[in-house]
Amino acid sequence: MNRIYLDNAATTPLDSVVLEAMMPYLTTNFGNPSSIYSYGRESRLAIENARKFVAKTLNAHPAEIFFTSGGTESSNTAITAAVRDLGCKHIISSSIEHHATLHTVEHLHHTGEAALSYVKLLPNGHVDMEDLERLLAESSEKSLVTLMHANNEVGNMLDIFAVGELCKLYGAIFHSDTVQTVGHFPFDLRNTPVHFITGAGHKFHGPKGVGILYINENVKITPFVHGGSQERNMRAGTENLYGIVGFAKALELASADHEKDSAYIKSLKVYMMEQLKKHIKGVAFNGDPLGRSLYTVLSVSFPKTEKSEMILFNLDINNICASGGSACTSGADAGSHVIRAINNNPNQVTVRFSFSKHNTQQEIDAVVAKLQELI
Amino acid sequence: MLKLPIYLDNNATTPMDPRVLEAMLPYFVEHFGNAASRNHPFGWEAEEAVDYAREQVAKLIGADPKEIIFTSGATEADNLAIKGVFEMYANKGNHIITCVTEHKAVLDTCKHIEKQGGEVTYLPVKPDGLIDLHELEAAIKPTTVLISIMYANNEVGVIQPVKEISAIAKKHGVLFFTDATQAVGKIPVDVLKDGIDLLAFSAHKMYGPKGVGALYVRRKNPRVKVTAQMDGGGHERGMRSGTLNVPGIVGLGKACELCRLEMEQDTKHIKALRDKLENALLQVEESYLNGHKDHRLPHVSNISFKYVEGEGLMMGFNKNIALSSGSACTSASLEPSYVLKALGLGDDLAHSSLRFGLGRFTTEEQIDYTIEQVTNTVNKLREMSPLWEMFKEGIDLNTIEWAHH
Repeated sequence: MNRIYLDNAATTPLDSVVLEAMMPYLTTNFGNPSSIYSYGRESRLAIENARKFVAKTLNAHPAEIFFTSGGTESSNTAITAAVRDLGCKHIISSSIEHHATLHTVEHLHHTGEAALSYVKLLPNGHVDMEDLERLLAESSEKSLVTLMHANNEVGNMLDIFAVGELCKLYGAIFHSDTVQTVGHFPFDLRNTPVHFITGAGHKFHGPKGVGILYINENVKITPFVHGGSQERNMRAGTENLYGIVGFAKALELASADHEKDSAYIKSLKVYMMEQLKKHIKGVAFNGDPLGRSLYTVLSVSFPKTEKSEMILFNLDINNICASGGSACTSGADAGSHVIRAINNNPNQVTVRFSFSKHNTQQEIDAVVAKLQELI
Repeated sequence: MLKLPIYLDNNATTPMDPRVLEAMLPYFVEHFGNAASRNHPFGWEAEEAVDYAREQVAKLIGADPKEIIFTSGATEADNLAIKGVFEMYANKGNHIITCVTEHKAVLDTCKHIEKQGGEVTYLPVKPDGLIDLHELEAAIKPTTVLISIMYANNEVGVIQPVKEISAIAKKHGVLFFTDATQAVGKIPVDVLKDGIDLLAFSAHKMYGPKGVGALYVRRKNPRVKVTAQMDGGGHERGMRSGTLNVPGIVGLGKACELCRLEMEQDTKHIKALRDKLENALLQVEESYLNGHKDHRLPHVSNISFKYVEGEGLMMGFNKNIALSSGSACTSASLEPSYVLKALGLGDDLAHSSLRFGLGRFTTEEQIDYTIEQVTNTVNKLREMSPLWEMFKEGIDLNTIEWAHH
């Protein structure tokens, strides 16, 4: 049996068309974009074209798009700047954010630079908007709201417009970790009330080691990485030229086929839900899988038995790649902070299946059949 | 047939060695896993590749693989080392010693540290580009937490007395960080023999990919710690979070291995060409070598041609020879190089400099062509220069008062 990869929320294979677009910049067009001779100018042009394309796709201004080393750096930059440059002394976040956000806000809280509140979650894992409004209303300091657009473990999606409007109402800065949605959903940033969003190439068949930070033109921040005038003095360091080209190409492919791919992937997710319900007793789904949810992620809880406790191990033996939660923490025995926050049932074992356009219904059938044996 | 343009700016960036690209390619499409995925073979393959690269990197600089932290490049590594030590050792003090000819990645970070309430001493350099060790030692205070001196300079190639610096640092219980971006892979660097506590470098200066670098952080005698600057999933033993750039890291590893195995032969080849170029260009009247002649990287030559404008010079042959008058990171600015000014050069000489950065793929034919082109351009520009004419007539230009404009 061939390997079945259902861990696309952790990372996705690079599209060979993207690699093809990157190849010239891995070989002949290698100039340092800061150099002023032809080698350098060609590189500079490639980066600025990539920036323009990304901006156009997200309906932002090119001056609002900054290339970084990835989603983690983008979120660190935005959150730290909101506190240090924009005067936010109170951070409102949630307990189910990605660690790139959680550990950054905890760090700022720990150093005493900002107070920290966690918004309440509804039983389905969505943000309790009333509680968010209460936190904003009660805050005596300027607040930073940092809430992810889509949760990487259960797939829940935030109503980014509703949150943005609330932030506007209370004069708060709004950062949204959009690493799971950029390249998966259309964006219209000019008409979205958000100050910072982030993206990572490798989540949508682009390269690793490159991401973006969108900074709304109305906010001015200082650099996070110092030491050169790259990215218009905002992000020092020789640009990851081929990575940036690859990011734009991957976004282009993702946008071009969005309707087709998203409908197809969603059908796989729904199909898997149906098959699991049909064939496995006591199966449950975390979050809001058929409501406001990523079409790429399905978080499944299986009844805990001696067998099911070893489920990830057994899936792997059977060439099925899935994960217990976020890849970034999948080594630890600590379990998932997200699952703990929304479904603290000790009698269940959670597995995240995440899909891409490369998966097939046959693969889902094979996985469900295997799961029947394993549970 | 000579293919133009010739690339002689290997201090700005290097072309990737095809063998490095070959090593990277499988990790883009086929072995694409997230190195942090622990539940399946895609993740393990990625992790194995990263571990192997970590060994290759460590071996080049005589470190233990556990002492290598992968970053997005040297700039991030410089930031992590300096800010990380400054924050981690805040209880001990807030003073950092660096030098005026450092790369912007170090200088700008130090400027940031000053805004955060830190104190920074910027040591001057002697006309040959080396720091004065007595001045270094005299600058150390009880509050000094870090000495940050680059291994080799990016503009003039001068190699600092790293062993002596580390001995002074050790004597006073101060940590020693070196930005070795231009040195690693080009000359033997050994963190143990050199007594280095932290060391930063990047792949794209040594025939590897852009977007990846490393920070060496000593684990024994003393055990050095840095405060993470990017928080998140706790990658790189908590010191640098973010999904690992697996193909980039594989490329860095391979680049390190090639440099380790081929350094001797590369150096022999490059140095011979550099010396040929340098000797020929120093035959040009009123041309001066910048930086210490011997304590210098084997592939770099920085030469000033008095009475010609560097920018004008480059325009003369820029279409055919890619090189720069200084650091790429500041090459868009028309200001003279702060490094050359720190060596005591006047504006005239600082403005008329060219930095030649040779590399693994430089050929003798290219060097011959460059000698001819540069010499001709210098001569042509001087023919048109009133300053040159005055010099030839024996007028001391220093006695002339220039109108300000």
